Amino acid sequence: MMTHLRPALASLLALSLLTGVAYPLALTGLAAVIAPDRAAGSLILREGQVVGSALIGQGFDEPGYLHPRPSASGWNAAGTSASNLGPTSAALLAQVQERQAAYEAQNGASAPVDAVTGSGSGLDPHVSPANARAQAARIARARGLEEAAVRRLIEAHVEPPLLGLWGQARVNVLAVNLALDAAGA
Amino acid sequence: MSEIWGLLLFLAALAGGGWLLGSGMARLYAGDGLPAGRRLLGRSARPQGWAAYAMAVLAFNAAGFLALYALLRLQGLLPLNPDGVAGMAPDLAFNTALSFVTNTNWQAYSGEAQLSYLAQMLGLTVQNFVSAGTGMAVGVAVIRGFTGPAGESLGNFWTDLSRSVLWVLLPLSVALALILILQGVPQTLLGAVRATTLEGAEQIIARGPAASQIAIKQLGTNGGGFFGVNSAHPFENPTILSDLVQCYAILVIPVAFCFLFGRMAGDGRQGRAIFAAMSVLFLAGLALILWQESAGNPLMALSGGNMEGKEMRFGPILSGLWAAATTAASNGSVNAMHDSFLPLSGLVMLVNMQVGEVIFGGVGSGLYGMLLYVVLAVFLAGLMVGRTPEYLGRRIEAREVVLAVLAFLSMPVGILAGGALSASIPAMAASVQEAGPHGLSEILYAYSSATGNNGSAFAGWNAATPWQTTALGLLMLFGRFAMIVPMLAIAGSLVRKTPAPATAGTFPTHGPLFVTLLVLTVAVFGALTFFPVLALGPLAEQAALAAGQSF
Repeated sequence: MMTHLRPALASLLALSLLTGVAYPLALTGLAAVIAPDRAAGSLILREGQVVGSALIGQGFDEPGYLHPRPSASGWNAAGTSASNLGPTSAALLAQVQERQAAYEAQNGASAPVDAVTGSGSGLDPHVSPANARAQAARIARARGLEEAAVRRLIEAHVEPPLLGLWGQARVNVLAVNLALDAAGA
Repeated sequence: MSEIWGLLLFLAALAGGGWLLGSGMARLYAGDGLPAGRRLLGRSARPQGWAAYAMAVLAFNAAGFLALYALLRLQGLLPLNPDGVAGMAPDLAFNTALSFVTNTNWQAYSGEAQLSYLAQMLGLTVQNFVSAGTGMAVGVAVIRGFTGPAGESLGNFWTDLSRSVLWVLLPLSVALALILILQGVPQTLLGAVRATTLEGAEQIIARGPAASQIAIKQLGTNGGGFFGVNSAHPFENPTILSDLVQCYAILVIPVAFCFLFGRMAGDGRQGRAIFAAMSVLFLAGLALILWQESAGNPLMALSGGNMEGKEMRFGPILSGLWAAATTAASNGSVNAMHDSFLPLSGLVMLVNMQVGEVIFGGVGSGLYGMLLYVVLAVFLAGLMVGRTPEYLGRRIEAREVVLAVLAFLSMPVGILAGGALSASIPAMAASVQEAGPHGLSEILYAYSSATGNNGSAFAGWNAATPWQTTALGLLMLFGRFAMIVPMLAIAGSLVRKTPAPATAGTFPTHGPLFVTLLVLTVAVFGALTFFPVLALGPLAEQAALAAGQSF
């Protein structure tokens, strides 16, 4: 064992400096040059105030805003968690039914699956296009806008699957809501 | 239909990339290395027999454990701690240090709340690199035992370790981290930022030097995330492209090891046979998960698949692909919450881990794990035809088979004995979140993940109690080294034998017959050992689901 002690300590020290100091710091420096905004968390500023991150979902309850998916952590971006409820969990099924009823009452449409199930991160920034479209009438009513205008705005924010091959179509909730605010009313 | 094309394209690119990387690694490990490296190591760079190689592995990992444990305990007093995180509790630090040294990377903590940036970088990132490097070094040493010239030497651990880190893991990590940064993964030393949402609520957004750690967490089959919810977090995995490159990175080095094996054996067919066996097992599990998750939960009767615990941008297909990849490859990172997957998907994930992380498996460790099954398979074939079993011209005798069985037993002992203990001691059973059979699946998942050095979890189960952090920590240690030491011993025993040229009576180990035999060996050993308990967990839950019962 003792014959291995010196190379063990020397290797650990050398590799620590390389992979634990030089590697992350060099990348941090490089990131600050090639993509400073993204490296700092893709923050969105409005009138000089940080209103969130383009990548991170936030909570919306008011009828004039597009509503996101349920979040098990209450949109906590400093300590993330999910429900982790299993597929035969009675608690999960009760939650889903409760959300379905609330969604129908608010929007007068039956809820798509993403509107009643919690995301993995509790910070999912997206909803499905079907979910967004079903909320258009409610948003238009609350803002005194024409429903067609809200629909157009939502359609402009639909992101397709990558190359049509991977992932799902989706709508970024915060982006839509910023656009709604910018559109006035 | 387009999803199928997407998957096929992904798998083809993976096989192609793995083949290229395997060829490059064959040249790397065969070479003399740089003169500077040899000077630095001096006498330590001499060839090592299996015992010396194993001692070097143990010494290095012991030093790494002590350094990481100290860093986690003291992080509150050290710099690069903008969010003022305190030192970690002793049992949690013990668990976390073992978790990262053994390439398990189980997270009993939540990164954004319980780790300083210094601990993330100098602690976890370093162990992400060197635990992966350790696995790759041992993998190469074991391959030398099976394929090298007759003698004593399995190579030199210090050289193999530094080559793996410097020339494979580090360059690939830099490239991957840059892609991730461009996709939006943060890489900053600034602390959390306070945002005021459109509705006027306060949202504190944690960030940090994440991209650099996420790159190596995937490439080194480590899996421990920068943030608590791992690669489901939009900062760890913001886009569909970031998801695909991370999923690719999870599998590419383990795939490359199959082709590296063929190269080092001087017979590419041998590597392709192992690749084929792993692929068959992988694809069978993947197909079952994709079918289940796209069909959705029958108790909810909603179209669009099973979306509880899944992110909108990934959906059932990319979440299912990731779940299969991360459990097969001993990575353990997640882009969706495994606890909320359907029972049969959970079954696949459990089996992927319980067979010992040999379906591609961890970097290096997947291949040496599969070679264990190869020893058992040729032994079984030898029994069936009544000949002394041989593999690559070397005779497989009692010593090798005994060692292989010992190494194999580490999985059932760790999972079944550990799981039984956890189910019967009340303080440990309290960790279970779910009633009904899913509760047993949670225990099984935790103990399979720890012993198999995977690191993913059914995260509703509470791992952060002193009982569980201690038990799981010890099992991670056991699962890692109760495999490494016997496999090095097998390699040390084989390398002394002079390979005999193949004759007409030699059982070929590269054709479809051998691939089938190898797949069956893995399936039968896994099924026989774990079938009873799987019947009480995921299979019973599936029956309940079909009967419309919830708990």
